[in-house]
Amino acid sequence: MLIEKKLVIKNEQGLHARPAALFVQVANKYESDVLVRKGKEEVNGKSIMGLLTLAAGKDSKVYLKVNGPDAKEAAEELEKIISGERSE
Amino acid sequence: MILKGIPASPGIAVGKAFLFDTRRFMVPEKKIRKDSLPKEIVRFEEALIKTRTEILEIQKKITKEMGSHHAEIFNAHLLVLEDRMLIEEVIGGLKKEHKCVEYIFARVLDKYINVFAKMNDEYLKERISDIDDVGKRVLKNLLGAEEKTLSGLKEKVIVVAYDLSPSDTATMHRKNVMGFITDIGGRTSHTAIMAKSLEIPAVVGLEKATMKIKSGDTLIVDGTAGVIIVNPDNSELKKYQERQNQFIKLEKTLVNLKDEPAVTMDGHTVELSANIELPEEISSVIAHGAQGIGLYRTEFLYMNRRGLPNEEEQFEAYKGVVDKFSGEPVVVRTLDLGGDKFLSQLEVPHEMNPFLGWRAIRFCLAKPEIFKVQLRAILRASAFGNIKIMFPMISGVGELKQAIGVLNEAKKELRVKNIKFNEDLEVGAMIEIPSAALTCDLLAKEVDFFSIGTNDLIQYSLAVDRVNEKIAYLYRPTHPAVLRLIKNIIDSGHKEKIWVGMCGEMAGEPGFGLILLGMGLDEFSMSSAAVPGMKFTIRNVNFKDVKELAEKVLTLSTSEEIDKFVNKRLDELMPSLKKIKKVPA
Repeated sequence: MLIEKKLVIKNEQGLHARPAALFVQVANKYESDVLVRKGKEEVNGKSIMGLLTLAAGKDSKVYLKVNGPDAKEAAEELEKIISGERSE
Repeated sequence: MILKGIPASPGIAVGKAFLFDTRRFMVPEKKIRKDSLPKEIVRFEEALIKTRTEILEIQKKITKEMGSHHAEIFNAHLLVLEDRMLIEEVIGGLKKEHKCVEYIFARVLDKYINVFAKMNDEYLKERISDIDDVGKRVLKNLLGAEEKTLSGLKEKVIVVAYDLSPSDTATMHRKNVMGFITDIGGRTSHTAIMAKSLEIPAVVGLEKATMKIKSGDTLIVDGTAGVIIVNPDNSELKKYQERQNQFIKLEKTLVNLKDEPAVTMDGHTVELSANIELPEEISSVIAHGAQGIGLYRTEFLYMNRRGLPNEEEQFEAYKGVVDKFSGEPVVVRTLDLGGDKFLSQLEVPHEMNPFLGWRAIRFCLAKPEIFKVQLRAILRASAFGNIKIMFPMISGVGELKQAIGVLNEAKKELRVKNIKFNEDLEVGAMIEIPSAALTCDLLAKEVDFFSIGTNDLIQYSLAVDRVNEKIAYLYRPTHPAVLRLIKNIIDSGHKEKIWVGMCGEMAGEPGFGLILLGMGLDEFSMSSAAVPGMKFTIRNVNFKDVKELAEKVLTLSTSEEIDKFVNKRLDELMPSLKKIKKVPA
């Protein structure tokens, strides 16, 4: 299954530091591939270096692409981090 | 040769330099045959596994010795090490170029470091040191190189390095490190925090120390002033060694005073407390026998990070500090940024005259949404201990009332939500601007205490920039103008029956201490290392004598006369303190 979502980062700290680390940890729990795109740059959502190089601060727009057998659950959980709903 | 840097951890160390070369390994660019590609990938995997084991071991060691908070940074290291993109990029490079894995790995690492270095973001720039630390460890394991560590130090040295990574500080042989000095870093960098919690003198941000100092050079590290003297002449060496020896000797005898009150021989009691900026410093505060915190600088919570700390996080931090005390006061100073401290996440415009600019309470009153978060967090923590709140940079009654108004709004918000806080929380004003010092009879009616901030009070009243070397000789704490202002602040406070403290550096110097004690100061807050010396001083004089001394001092007309007179009286009253410099001449 392939899920694509256009999201706005609402987490206060953007996709940096703790939120980025959390995002990577969660992404790695799932079998599906996770890609995050900001502008023209697309990175592997299971990579902390990739996510940090995106330098996606609060209010920036990102595209989340999740592809695999558990894509639905993965996308839902990752969206919560981006929206700032979950921070621990 | 004298080098000036940023004071990171107080104290004096005299010893031999040990240049700790943390530069990168030389990496050969070797071609490999196509059929040895699998072997190369195995080598890479093995190096990663070995590195992981090493990091976990260091993390365990740090957790045990210094607590899990310090060990947290290694979680970030593990994330970098296990990073898929990094690993895939290295393996992809291997397959494409047929060059040895060291070469490919180093290149990929450099690429990331360059990307991060270009980012206009302090937090991400700081992450370079994590990547670098992990990368060096992997390369070392790939090359089978000896680990460059500080664990094998055979004699006592002062470590001189470009920068010290968490791994370096974690594995060093502590007993043999007398001080650190580094080219880069600021007051809140990792090295500075480590040095402070280990109580080792440190100076950071020296820029070119590693180029100017050779291993074996004799160094004097003055971690309090941020000064390094390289190969000092005999008189300088003697001066500092004597000061250091006396200090150590005195410290030993002072340990016994830890649980004694700060009371003069004729029964006048004052309170000695400590200035802190990190919760890590509390163990040192308690060890030195301070009776609480007279100044908790909260700026650190806002630094080295992206975004502002939220209410919950601040609440936890403040509660964490009061939890370590049983009823002793903890004076929390609200955000005092500006001047020489600024925050990357708040867009504060560049100012021509930052010390006279948009800073401290002025900034907070302009940004009540930021200010109130901190006030609510402090109020909530007040339910768990003896917290007092203090506003910095108050210039007059109007401003003070405005700040109290915001505090009252924060209280109201908590009451509505039924959240507990101390309804009798004491509120104080920091007196550090001459206009406040001259109107403190009016200010005293509005607050429960005053705390005199001498560093700024001196700079503002004498019009001397305290960071400008050329006019440093004019920065005189005993200038009659400064002493008259202080006397006025103490007297006005007492007239309204509020207590008056001091949280500037002046409060920790025995010579000044005598004057202040004689003027009737109630509380002295200083770096915790200065507490025993001040307590010893107070316990060895009569209040009657120092009152006379203070009266006499106020009749003298120059700072030179005053210093000379006070030093002479100090020698007479306490010959045992003689060798320590009391008032810097």
